[in-house]
Amino acid sequence: MKIVVCIKQVPSRDSALRVNSAGTWIQDTDLTYEINEPDAYALEEGLQLKEKHGGEVVALCAGPAGAAQTIREALAKGADRALHIEEENLGAYDPLALARLLSAALQAEKPDLVLTGLQSDDLGYGQTGVILAQLMGLPHATIIMHVEKQNGGIRVKRELEDGWFQNVEMPLPALLTIQSGINKLRYATLMGIKKAKTKEVKRLTAGELGVAPAASIRFDRVYLPEKSKHTQILEGPPKEAAAKLVEKLKFEARVL
Amino acid sequence: MSMLAVLEQRAGAWHRMSWETLAAAQQLGKELGQPVSAAVVGAGVSAMAAELAGKQLEKVYAVEHELLTNYTPDGYAAALEQLVTSAQPQVVLFPHTYQVRDFAPKLATALGRVLVSDVVAHRVDGGAPVFVRQLFQGKVNVDVRFAGDPPYFASVQAGAYRADQVIAGSAAVENFTPELSAASIRTKPLELFREAQRAVDLTAADIIVSVGRGIKEADNIPIVQKLADALGAELAASRPICDSGWLPMERQVGSSGQTVSPKLYLAVGISGAIQHLVGMKGSKTIVAINKDADAPIFEVADYGIVGDLFQIVPALVEELQKAKG
Repeated sequence: MKIVVCIKQVPSRDSALRVNSAGTWIQDTDLTYEINEPDAYALEEGLQLKEKHGGEVVALCAGPAGAAQTIREALAKGADRALHIEEENLGAYDPLALARLLSAALQAEKPDLVLTGLQSDDLGYGQTGVILAQLMGLPHATIIMHVEKQNGGIRVKRELEDGWFQNVEMPLPALLTIQSGINKLRYATLMGIKKAKTKEVKRLTAGELGVAPAASIRFDRVYLPEKSKHTQILEGPPKEAAAKLVEKLKFEARVL
Repeated sequence: MSMLAVLEQRAGAWHRMSWETLAAAQQLGKELGQPVSAAVVGAGVSAMAAELAGKQLEKVYAVEHELLTNYTPDGYAAALEQLVTSAQPQVVLFPHTYQVRDFAPKLATALGRVLVSDVVAHRVDGGAPVFVRQLFQGKVNVDVRFAGDPPYFASVQAGAYRADQVIAGSAAVENFTPELSAASIRTKPLELFREAQRAVDLTAADIIVSVGRGIKEADNIPIVQKLADALGAELAASRPICDSGWLPMERQVGSSGQTVSPKLYLAVGISGAIQHLVGMKGSKTIVAINKDADAPIFEVADYGIVGDLFQIVPALVEELQKAKG
């Protein structure tokens, strides 16, 4: 099975975020980056499917030159090779244009299965995978918690709301968006890290792929949300703050 | 110009977010000066369409076909593509449900459009809708405007609009039968199921202590268990904790877990991603303990302590015991 896993590099989860002075995006200097968490689960799922059924795992990443770090980590974990659509200003690509980039990069690959995380931790549209499936003419399913190969296709477990699930069968090739927690993530081994250096990373540009930026939706203003509720912050060293909280819960909120 | 709200049902039961979306559409329609229509998709939905006919709407579309009996992304996207092409609404609103996430981006793509997903608010500026959505798991907001030609697609986050603000009225029902072929539906949906019976009913708890990523590792769980014990509370968690197997899935609070509204909810080391907030923001009193003062959990908290949970939680246990004794 030839499996492509789409991965994105996003600011680290515990980053302190500030809005830039123009109010168009966050201040992205000084940030550290990591793989988008649901994409890490998608990668792991791809690696496990390859281990079970043979084949190849190709990591596909659209991102600036700095995304090479995340790509190398995917290779160190076991991806066989990578495609890097190197583009410094991905903000100029709306989700449809971005999926067009990914689709164009996969034209020559003809994968059996394309995996993405269910959403990104930065933009959070939760739709790149579904758009990509439509552009590639593939059947898809989203928020997947289990993948099983069967004759002529796959059977997947879709997560629904309120603890419900549904199994869905579909032919290959297909695209799945993977939910966090579907598997247990592996760490890269020393051997893996060493091997990653020799693996192929093919660099592509938007120009080569023939995809122009497009912004059918525009960011008017990026800003920190206003608090909808007045939160009483209890100050002081731990013991003092804890005592204040117990007092408040007992006599003000009357819940103890 | 007009607006269209696409509502969600399964086996004849409305998804609760359908009414929130209808309320959002009615509000936006009023502000834009546009009539609003609503659509319900499936097979045998005439009773549901009749219910919608009692709302203030221009038209109710009953989009019916036997191939829409069970939800598939291929079937729903094709049916709604035909409806949107025929009705030509300027704005199409959906509830941001798991099902909508599955088909709406496909529908928008088929029409060369981009869906603005997970909208929390809106305003009208210069006669055009501007939608507010969240970035970085709720830490940052963005106002989004459409730049191209309509139709404009957007999905509305759970709890962003109030279902009880739907305005009653009367509307004509129009049956819309899309052209669908069995061959064009590539996925085969099987039955719905739940995992093993839920042994823990968090919804019955008066007090819940809920733990998130801030706890760092499984070995630290007893720290919050002690707090739960001191309060006589149930222990719950945000998704990542259950994903990692540190607590069983049945203790998960959030969109994919349980929705709770206890008297007191203590969120310990939980940043407050929207998927978690929708499961607990109805709690009567919310306490947040987090090292990051900018964490979105503080937006819904009544009381907050900013600091290191590994120091604060034991201190809190001690104070609670003192208060009891």
